[in-house]
Amino acid sequence: MRKSMNYIRMEFPSRSSNEGFARVAVACFASQMDPTLNELEDIKTAVSEAVTNAIVHAYPDSIGRVSLKVRICEGNVLEITVKDAGKGIPNVEKARQPMFTTGGEERSGMGFTIMESFMDALTVHSTPGRGTTVTMRKKIASRVNGQR
Amino acid sequence: MDIKMQSVDRNLLLEFSGELDHHAAKNAIRELELAVDAALPRRLVLDFSGVTFMDSSGIALLLRAKRCMDNLDGSLQVCRVQSQAKRVMDAAGIGRLVHIKQEGTV
Repeated sequence: MRKSMNYIRMEFPSRSSNEGFARVAVACFASQMDPTLNELEDIKTAVSEAVTNAIVHAYPDSIGRVSLKVRICEGNVLEITVKDAGKGIPNVEKARQPMFTTGGEERSGMGFTIMESFMDALTVHSTPGRGTTVTMRKKIASRVNGQR
Repeated sequence: MDIKMQSVDRNLLLEFSGELDHHAAKNAIRELELAVDAALPRRLVLDFSGVTFMDSSGIALLLRAKRCMDNLDGSLQVCRVQSQAKRVMDAAGIGRLVHIKQEGTV
């Protein structure tokens, strides 16, 4: 496990009105790493996808708990963990395929593809009936004299 | 999410503003479908200049708009897309299905 320099934890009910709060809260915390605007947008987008997955798929017929942990690790790496205790994903490999969705016409099946594209690393652990944990990492490039 | 509509000579323009996430997309998709059903346009233009944030929920909206216009044998164009939304569209490869322009009006 990487050494953590700073972290936050939060927990909220799986209501869609919390999606905006979650991505903005993570972006605010990450701003101490002096990211570019593009990097901040990438982080907000990936968080929105992971949190939406928990809200839509983990608790399709109920309101459950979604927990979010964000760590700043050695080497200026941001690590975001989104965890739920919902119904789980029977086949993670299939769920990560582009265009695959069980969410009906309101979902595009592109959530994991976008998380992979906007972050450096993505891991998904899921146990049916127990829940899902999504961990994403992104290295924030350090600036020298205000330049990349 | 706010949507302004303008229909002229079976050209339908929908101007989106705000954040297009899962929370907003449900209503936005419904409004889009109602507007298309009412106008039966030959050409649908979605102006995204006011979309300050979008995730894959916006891709679902574009796929729905595409299906609506395919059913009418009409065309779909997305214009004035900001950089964050454009990068989401590029990551999803939606440009293969939908015509995306940076500038344009009805």
